[in-house]
Amino acid sequence: MLTRRKLALLTGAATATALLFAAALPGAASAQQKTVVDFWHGLPQPLGGQLEQIVKDFNDSQSAVQVNASYKGSYPETMQAAIAAFRAGNAPHIVQMFEVGTATMMAAGPAVKPVYQLMQETGASFNPDAYIPAVKGYYSSKDGKMMALPFNSSTTIMFYNKDAFQKAGLDPNKPPATWPEMIEAAKKLKASGSTCPLTTSWPVWAQFEQLGAIHNTPFATQQNGFGGLKAELKINSPLYVKHVQTLIDMQKDGLFKYGGRDNKPDALFPSGECAMIHASSGLRSRILKEANFAWGAAPLPYWPEFAKDGPKNSIIGGAAFWVMTSPKRTPAEYKAVSQFFTYLAKPEVDAKWHMDTGYVPVTMKGFELTKAQGYYEKNPGADVPAAQLTRTPTTENSMGLRLGNLPEIRNIIQEELEKAFQGQQDARQALDASIKRGNAVLRNFERANKG
Amino acid sequence: MQRRVTFDSRLLPYLLLAPQVAVTLVFFIWPAAQAIWQSVHLQDAFGIRSEFVWFENFTYVLSDPNYLDTLKTTVIFSVAVTVLAMGVALLLAVLADSKIKGARVYKTLLIWPYALAPAVAAVLWMFIFNPDIGSFGRALRAFGYDWDYRLNGGQALAMVILAASWKQVSYNFIFFLAGLQAIPRSVMEAASIDGAGPARRFWTITFPLLSPTTFFLLVVDMVYAFFETFGTIHALTQGGPGKATETLIFRVYQDGVVNNDLGGSSAQSVILMVIVIALTAVQFRFVERKVHYA
Repeated sequence: MLTRRKLALLTGAATATALLFAAALPGAASAQQKTVVDFWHGLPQPLGGQLEQIVKDFNDSQSAVQVNASYKGSYPETMQAAIAAFRAGNAPHIVQMFEVGTATMMAAGPAVKPVYQLMQETGASFNPDAYIPAVKGYYSSKDGKMMALPFNSSTTIMFYNKDAFQKAGLDPNKPPATWPEMIEAAKKLKASGSTCPLTTSWPVWAQFEQLGAIHNTPFATQQNGFGGLKAELKINSPLYVKHVQTLIDMQKDGLFKYGGRDNKPDALFPSGECAMIHASSGLRSRILKEANFAWGAAPLPYWPEFAKDGPKNSIIGGAAFWVMTSPKRTPAEYKAVSQFFTYLAKPEVDAKWHMDTGYVPVTMKGFELTKAQGYYEKNPGADVPAAQLTRTPTTENSMGLRLGNLPEIRNIIQEELEKAFQGQQDARQALDASIKRGNAVLRNFERANKG
Repeated sequence: MQRRVTFDSRLLPYLLLAPQVAVTLVFFIWPAAQAIWQSVHLQDAFGIRSEFVWFENFTYVLSDPNYLDTLKTTVIFSVAVTVLAMGVALLLAVLADSKIKGARVYKTLLIWPYALAPAVAAVLWMFIFNPDIGSFGRALRAFGYDWDYRLNGGQALAMVILAASWKQVSYNFIFFLAGLQAIPRSVMEAASIDGAGPARRFWTITFPLLSPTTFFLLVVDMVYAFFETFGTIHALTQGGPGKATETLIFRVYQDGVVNNDLGGSSAQSVILMVIVIALTAVQFRFVERKVHYA
């Protein structure tokens, strides 16, 4: 009897399992019909996780497209991976590319499908004017067409230690707005015992590219390279010489500290060592987490003598999403990509990303939505980056840069700066040497991409 | 009569050779051929446009004053690393070979660093030497010494030399120790009885008998300093400040991977290949004559 009952149970279980399978089958079939989109990004944690959450939200919001996001290392590594994959005929559908890779991507011709073209072909509605002008300009071709989808953008601002300001007898609610004020503040901070009144992250982005934009002074000829591949560096004009010499002198006097290349100096501010830092607005979340002192955010200072009608808008950094081609792409895949992009361009998605991460909103609507939600009242200073980006209409010097191999040029300038900070050369020599070496890089890029 | 090993089948010797030939073809000849092909072409990053440019990449690299500076840095770096790594290893091996308490423990500890990946070792060094977060770096600054390898080229170079040598000491140590233990005790004892002191015994007996080991390590260490120190430099200084710690191999990476200049980078690889082949040939031709094989 017992065995028979067992047998019956087993049979029942088997039938139930078979039924379950049958019920699951249509679902499995539809999963197979989903169009799969590969998306490579270069954001480490926690930002990478937040980006993947957005991708997941998109995947859950509809049933036709499955976007697979994968982390490919730092921005330059992601770029390398995408280039190598393209050479092997296996490019991902979408790749996140940092802003200095823009010119390389634009020159890539058949390797890239411009976003405006993608949206046109797939019949998606896409309005480039929804984007903040400084963002739109950076990723637009010469004739004003959007080549990539802007996503995570930042800009350079100043963070300062309010406790250190208090200690030095400075008004903690009145950060220096100009460079002369900046030098005065640094002197007082030093007198009060600070070993590092000022440092800068991203030395070239913050002290050269932004400097040129704010003072409406070209970084390179040909409208900073927007006009064509023949651009040459122009960073030895009086503004740059004065600025770099000021930094060298401040370094000698213990008012400024060179903290290393790229974002290496980031750590110097939250640790409390440096009282002021010029850094990416994206540093905000780290300061929030690590700093155990009162701090504030302010726009970058400017030179009144070089900005007679006030400072202009700053330029962006960060990254955008590029659509890559491959021999085996189907129209359905492009359609899926455009669906994903339409989702990303929504103001709600933009505003949420901005509030979650500290990147700036890239659309005007996203900025307004954030304001309307009262976010800036609750987080004073969080609107500084967006306000600085939008404070004036863009000029041809504040649209951004379109120079080939810009990462290499940044390194060259950093190397020459380091030699100057070691006392081996003065500002003029450092800038002249940077121009000579930088122009050689630009000519190489021109030669390799002229065809 | 000479005994000759013969194979029954004509095919068998080729079959036995095949794996080695395949490995050489796939991992050396093929990439080397690609490098040579790339070095005479000018290409955009995506490989869409490619143009044959003869030796333009070579003239460009060789006429760059920064390249010659890098070459100079590489020579200083390689010689310093080789001398330091071999000198320290020999000293330690001689000490560990003598009859002391706990010699086994010392030997084991001395071999440990070799098991460490270069990048990991470099990160450890950074935690020691970083002027802001490193223990030793902070101590130096506390004593009023202006230690900052991010801005002082000499300090940076000294640091990467130290880090790169430290990594190689273990390897050299094992070989020197083995070499020392192969020296017959009787020879040493005879010298002692004849009244030779430790220093004289070392220079007239130990050192000459160690020369095959020393020569082997010289070649290996030179190649190590040229090619395998990339991880250390990349993690510690990225070639900076300025170009103070940029070696040839680091620049190959920088130009090829970071700057997307495959032609220039390949031209440098080819130059590097020629240098190392020449160096090894010179070492075998001239230095080896002085080597005394027991």
